[in-house]
Amino acid sequence: MATALAHAGWRFRRPSVIPGFGLTFGFSIAYLSLIVLIPLAGVVWRSASLGWPEFWRIASDPRTLGALKMSFGGALAAALVNIVFGTLVAWVLVRYRFPGKRIVDAMVDLPFALPTAVAGIALTTLYAPNGWIGGLLAPLGIKVAYTPLGIIVAMVFIGLPFVVRTVQPVMEEIDREVEEAAATLGARRAQTVRRVILPGLAPAILTGFALAFARAVGEYGSVIFIAGNIPYVSEIAPLLIVIRLEEYNYAAATAIATVMLAISFAMLFVINLIQAWSRRRYGYGH
Amino acid sequence: MVIDQPFSAAGAQTPPPRSAVTEGRATRVALTVIALLFLAVFLVLPLVIVFLQAFANGVGAYFAALTEPDAVAAIQLTLLVAAIAVPLNLAFGVAAAWAVAKFEFKGKAFLTTLIDLPFSVSPVISGLVYVLLFGSQSLLGPWLAAHGVQILFAVPGIVLATIFVTFPFVARELIPLMEEQGTADEEAALSLGASGWQTFLRVTLPNVKWGLLYGVLLCNARAMGEFGAVSVVSGHIRGLTNTMPLQVEILYNEYNFAGAFAVASLLALLALVTLIIKTILEFRYGDALSGSTGH
Amino acid sequence: MIRKSGCRFSEKIMLKQRDRAMDLSIRNVRKEFDRFAALDDVSLDIRSGELIALLGPSGSGKTTLLRLIAGLDHPTGGQIFFGGEDASVKTVQERNIGFVFQSYALFRHMNVLDNIGFGLSVRRGADRMAKAEIARRATELLDLVQLSGLERRYPHQLSGGQRQRVALARAMAIEPSVLLLDEPFGALDAKVRRDLRSWLREIHDATGHTTVFVTHDQDEALELADRVVVMNEGRIEQIGTADDVYDTPNSPFVFGFIGESSSLPIHVEAGQLWFEDRPLGLPAGDAPDGKALLYFRPQEVKLLDGCGGCIAGTVAAGRRVAGTRRLELEVGGHRERVEIEVPASHPAAARSRIAFRPEKWRLFGTPGEAAPSEKVRRISGWPAAVQAGEGSSAARR
Repeated sequence: MATALAHAGWRFRRPSVIPGFGLTFGFSIAYLSLIVLIPLAGVVWRSASLGWPEFWRIASDPRTLGALKMSFGGALAAALVNIVFGTLVAWVLVRYRFPGKRIVDAMVDLPFALPTAVAGIALTTLYAPNGWIGGLLAPLGIKVAYTPLGIIVAMVFIGLPFVVRTVQPVMEEIDREVEEAAATLGARRAQTVRRVILPGLAPAILTGFALAFARAVGEYGSVIFIAGNIPYVSEIAPLLIVIRLEEYNYAAATAIATVMLAISFAMLFVINLIQAWSRRRYGYGH
Repeated sequence: MVIDQPFSAAGAQTPPPRSAVTEGRATRVALTVIALLFLAVFLVLPLVIVFLQAFANGVGAYFAALTEPDAVAAIQLTLLVAAIAVPLNLAFGVAAAWAVAKFEFKGKAFLTTLIDLPFSVSPVISGLVYVLLFGSQSLLGPWLAAHGVQILFAVPGIVLATIFVTFPFVARELIPLMEEQGTADEEAALSLGASGWQTFLRVTLPNVKWGLLYGVLLCNARAMGEFGAVSVVSGHIRGLTNTMPLQVEILYNEYNFAGAFAVASLLALLALVTLIIKTILEFRYGDALSGSTGH
Repeated sequence: MIRKSGCRFSEKIMLKQRDRAMDLSIRNVRKEFDRFAALDDVSLDIRSGELIALLGPSGSGKTTLLRLIAGLDHPTGGQIFFGGEDASVKTVQERNIGFVFQSYALFRHMNVLDNIGFGLSVRRGADRMAKAEIARRATELLDLVQLSGLERRYPHQLSGGQRQRVALARAMAIEPSVLLLDEPFGALDAKVRRDLRSWLREIHDATGHTTVFVTHDQDEALELADRVVVMNEGRIEQIGTADDVYDTPNSPFVFGFIGESSSLPIHVEAGQLWFEDRPLGLPAGDAPDGKALLYFRPQEVKLLDGCGGCIAGTVAAGRRVAGTRRLELEVGGHRERVEIEVPASHPAAARSRIAFRPEKWRLFGTPGEAAPSEKVRRISGWPAAVQAGEGSSAARR
């Protein structure tokens, strides 16, 4: 089937002696279309059939705006926390030796592996006013669970490995001689870190930031338990989609989903741009 | 460390300055402590609390909660869903990796981006797409209803949503690995007279088996633990369309904390086992697993 | 001292650097890595403005020594003095050395100008420099290394040779008291290596830095350096000019490592050198009786017609090397193999017999003669070279 596409001049694929292209390519495309592309296109199609005025009315509804603001604002805050601590964790794992390092390294992937609902109820129990951490913070007047702060905590949890796992391999490849060169040129350690190491890691940190941000924006399971879900205050966009669906208000659910999809894909695009730019300019990227 | 350094003969009392490429000991200790504290608070404590809460009412209550009929049904459904979704995504992952890694064709980068797409879609939206496709308001809805086919609020919907969210795992693990290995081995096998299938089974597969296992492992963990997407399509019918994560939610919302954490502890155990196998794979076969990290 | 090409370099840079050039003294330095002695009791004095090569095979400790001088590592024992000042208490930042790494270690997120100016831009307090001044100095250095016009390029946009020059300019920007180069041409192809070699010599002569470079390439060391330090297994084997180490190597290692050599087990008896039962016609001088190893270079032999005091052997193999011919001879009952050079026109057929006598040669003790506690390579336990000969004349030293 693929060979049929090979016209003279424009060639779809480079000839190869390896068999199986038609079968595997055809199956992949069919499966991808059925599972991902057609259903996703359905959302866009549904959204388009709403018409612009109706779409805008739903998207600019204060509750929708509030939920979007919560999801994106929370994700932004969480991703910022994660690039600081994620980079720090990566640094400690790459550069220092301490007992149990291998276990700590493995633990970083926990948020990838732990089902979000489990993380959600565990975090809520910890940060509730009578929980281990919530109980410590309550006397200070800090409420975490059932507030926007709780949402950020959950988003930090699920976003952390994205930053660590993006930055860590780049950090491992830093040439020790580059740091030694900075030292021989008179740079003190802090200057070397700030002016030589961190700029070299910047593309990876930025990528990690974008990945953590994108994941946190769409996060549902770990957030809804700790969020409190008060409209206009601590309600996230995915939850609002679920609420609209439960009200059989498919139009609203679709519109909110479309806004989220558009922003997520824009993020994806920006990540690719950053990487391409970094490769072009510095000859490396992540 | 520095203290043990023998002083030079001329009596330079000051110990030699520290290495040029690391921080002072105090800084190192401080940074390590901060990082470990952060990980302890954000990762370890939640895990610990799951097991503590699960056994809060004693071992008897724990096993009672797990053997309760709804819990058993949830466990069975979760296993069933994973047993369908994982092999399908495995087949797709292998096929896609073969097409993408062993051939050069136009639009390859775009195809790779499309494969990653489900990762950047909110789980809730992953469920929503199927509601819009098969729901009563959709084009297909009335036809499905007329023919008595139940997709939403039934096992097929749950399976579809799970396939969607776990779609990229295997492909993502295999593609970079197989690209790195190139096509020389396959070409050699073919030139020696092996058929396409023989080449795949006896040359390609052994080269990527650890990466494949790794991808399947991550795919399975996510399939069993998926919450958002499944929640949207399941309808939460107890004993019928509740997976384990949904069962956790229901019990938790009913203030049956011990029960919720008991089921959650099984999922946490699954996560731990996944992490342990993953770590062993990385440690043993680090070279055979390429750089990309599963999400 | 400034060669004719030196006039294109900025006077100002030259003068500044000249003031700063410094003596360097390494005293009984020892460096152990996990109880393995990478350097064993190394002492070396380097004069201000000298160009020194550390030459040796990999694992000989030459890079370790360079890193100790730089302060990138610290000696397990011994001291290093910079112009009379003990450097062991100084950090690498305080030592003010210019180090050029084998991998260049350029900062890949900085353009060429920022790379060169980095050392100046991290200065603080009284030494702090204005941005414009840093840029001006960097531009001047870029001119010195003949890369003007590449200011805004990033390292990945440069060729290997260009990166090497940027790395050198960056090291020189801080007006170092000593310039240290680790295999400066190691990663470059042969043609670029040769060009950069003479260029480095010019820069050195113009700026007058005390310079130490590490190399495993004897041509590079012999051609470039004022003095060559030959290192092996963590020790200095010999220090000397190119002529010294080539003409009067003081150990079998140096003889074998620098230039080509053949060796033959012989014995000393009655003031004569004997190979098996035959005298070689070479005087033993003051060498003690007993077994010894005779070292000579293939090109420093004299072919003989008859054999009354000579080495005679059967031609085992021959090959043409440029304008001459190399023959491999099997000599004696044990068919020891030695290599000699003959004119290309020499009619040497396989299995024919050839007689020769080394014109220049040196004797070293054999492993068997060594004190049991000493390692094999130190068996020149006969103090250094016991005997050397030139033609049939007496020892040179």
